[in-house]
Amino acid sequence: MEYFIQQLVNGLTLGSIYSLIAIGYTMVYGIIGMINFAHGDIFMLGGFAALITFLMLTSVFVGLPVVILVLIMIAAAMLTASLWNWTIEKVAYRPLRGSFRLAPLITAIGMSIAISNFIQVTQGPRNKPIPPLVSSVYNIFGIAISLKQLIIMLLTVILLATFWYIVNKTSLGRAQRATEQDRKMAALLGIDVDRTISVTFIMGAGLAAVAGTMYLMYYGVTVFTDGFIPGVKAFTAAVLGGIGSLPGAVLGGLLIGLIESLWSAYFTIDYKDVATFSILAIVLIFKPSGILGRPEVEKV
Amino acid sequence: MANMSNMSERAGGSLTAWALREGFYAGAVSLGLFVLFVGLETTQNIRNELVLNRRLGLLGIFVIVAAVGRFLTVAYLRPWAAARKAAAAAKPAEGEEGFSKRNFSKIAIVFLLLYPLIAISIFGVQGSLKWVDNLGIQILIYVMLAWGLNIVVGLAGLLDLGYVAFYAVGAYSYALLSQHFGLSFWVLLPLAGILAAFWGMILGFPVLRLKGDYLAIVTLAFGEIIRLVLINWTEVTKGTFGVSGIPKVSVFGIWSFDVSAANNFAKAFGLPMSSAYYKIFLFYLILALALLTAYVTIRLRRMPIGRTWEAMREDEIACRSLGINTVTTKLTAFSIGAMFGGFAGSFFAVRQGFVSPESFVFLESAIILAIVVLGGMGSLVGIAVAAVVMIGGTELLREMQFLKRVFGPDFTPELYRMLIFGLAMVVVMVWKPRGFVGSREPTAFLRERKVVSGSFTKEGHG
Repeated sequence: MEYFIQQLVNGLTLGSIYSLIAIGYTMVYGIIGMINFAHGDIFMLGGFAALITFLMLTSVFVGLPVVILVLIMIAAAMLTASLWNWTIEKVAYRPLRGSFRLAPLITAIGMSIAISNFIQVTQGPRNKPIPPLVSSVYNIFGIAISLKQLIIMLLTVILLATFWYIVNKTSLGRAQRATEQDRKMAALLGIDVDRTISVTFIMGAGLAAVAGTMYLMYYGVTVFTDGFIPGVKAFTAAVLGGIGSLPGAVLGGLLIGLIESLWSAYFTIDYKDVATFSILAIVLIFKPSGILGRPEVEKV
Repeated sequence: MANMSNMSERAGGSLTAWALREGFYAGAVSLGLFVLFVGLETTQNIRNELVLNRRLGLLGIFVIVAAVGRFLTVAYLRPWAAARKAAAAAKPAEGEEGFSKRNFSKIAIVFLLLYPLIAISIFGVQGSLKWVDNLGIQILIYVMLAWGLNIVVGLAGLLDLGYVAFYAVGAYSYALLSQHFGLSFWVLLPLAGILAAFWGMILGFPVLRLKGDYLAIVTLAFGEIIRLVLINWTEVTKGTFGVSGIPKVSVFGIWSFDVSAANNFAKAFGLPMSSAYYKIFLFYLILALALLTAYVTIRLRRMPIGRTWEAMREDEIACRSLGINTVTTKLTAFSIGAMFGGFAGSFFAVRQGFVSPESFVFLESAIILAIVVLGGMGSLVGIAVAAVVMIGGTELLREMQFLKRVFGPDFTPELYRMLIFGLAMVVVMVWKPRGFVGSREPTAFLRERKVVSGSFTKEGHG
């Protein structure tokens, strides 16, 4: 039982990270109907920005409190990743809006290849290890929970709450939802659609950058190819939860995290990704629009 | 669009001022983009700790290039392009196409048939190796794969992000069956195709109900599953070590390319020993396979099944209400597309003599899909052109030693290959959203065959 709960905690930690990335996918999909394949690499980019900020800070100010250090890392990662995603949207996706469906998908894949290779070229192909920032572990009823895991889950909850507030309660969120439902009508009613879409990309990148920072802290290492697998899994999570649905992305992310850690704990670790992808396929066969997604009604 | 209207308002002298401001913004944004990644470099020191190197000069170059580039684009390039577009619109369209344009595919095929001979006559027998093997065969493999995927994506409109899985099935079929059962390439080539087609059906069944992006993610997942099984099922596939020592192909069993064999090709003709003959034979083999793919595609488009594919791409609901069985239509598209992937896979195994899961990553699927879309979906010539540009261009980068003289001896052009590939995908797509060949020739027509613009044909939703 304790082993099970232990794995549950690990799974929820991993799931939190996937959820944060998945929100970026699902929001972009909801608002402009494209798979932003470069999103996983934005996540990796955020991790690298945090790593470089960390090295910069520790070399200049010795003995900075960890809390401030982590906060500055997150802020720098969010800023950099948002700027990248904003630029990418402007350069690679906006000119193709209104073009046929596959065109932005191809530029997104192109951007994904370009970003990961850009990091390889500028930062080198090797693994980048980072010393552990927080290492204390608490023992609650025989279950070991590290401070890292607590921080990750807490931060995810705070971010999701903020995010929920923005989307549901502010005028910006209203504009986003309106654009999502009907872009032309929203434009007619005076919503700046281009700006709303830009903001969506910035918000998605911000969440992905936080996820990247936490991934770096959790595993203590990052490398330029790190965007792909978490990116694909987060996308899987978004689809599993029903793409376009925000609670679906969170649910999907947590589910993927749980499946992954429980499978590795009870079966074989080699096939954990196979299990994830197979469950995705099985869910979609029986529920083709995801768990919380509304089935599209086609009108002729 | 906003920029364009802005520009006409700000005609004349203030255009320069506006361009200056745009250039300044571009510089500021690129400073933000690159300050951490270009301005600083993480390297390991002797104690294996990460340390930062400052590269402010390089950062400065990046920012200046971005700012000046943006300034020039806004101030000169855009008005020039707009003027040219206006001039082109004013001129009446030319009616007749030139001879070379009309007979493009015939000229291309003749050139390909002569290509190894041309390479030999210019670079000699040994020197031609690089040109035939690294460039010719490499491009033709991608042409064949892209033509195969074109059946699924271009004709049937089913978005497949895991095409490389069938390539892997074909490659491993040949590698394992030839090693364990000693069967020859000519027996295993059709078998690999059949096995891949079978896997295409296995994938096809569960995804029949899925559409668009759901289909894309499940095919991607399927591709990853195949790769992960290849990595982890070590008893059969030898995992990441891969299968090596795959036997060479013979000229239909008459001549062999094994050096020790009695019926060695070079010995039989009294030629000096060289591996170039084998590569030239492989070149003609892949050329034949690719042309077979093209021929089958062209024939299928004229058959009922091809027309059903295209009808399903345009409108699935209409298809169903006309009594077309979309289940068999989708399954045939998947399996025939997969079959050509399997052929290409077994060719790949025979050419490399070694297969490992490394060769079948998602990136390959993405490259093949990119070639199909960049070529203009459904257009065989366009896809071939896209493959030459994208694969040939990046392969040529390996050869550009003169760049070392420009950027110093530490500069390795290969490193930038995929970076440039990715950026090229973006640039080509933004520049020509409909692909290189944006026009379609309809297979069904009234009285006269008219070429329609690609923007009139709908892409699939399935």
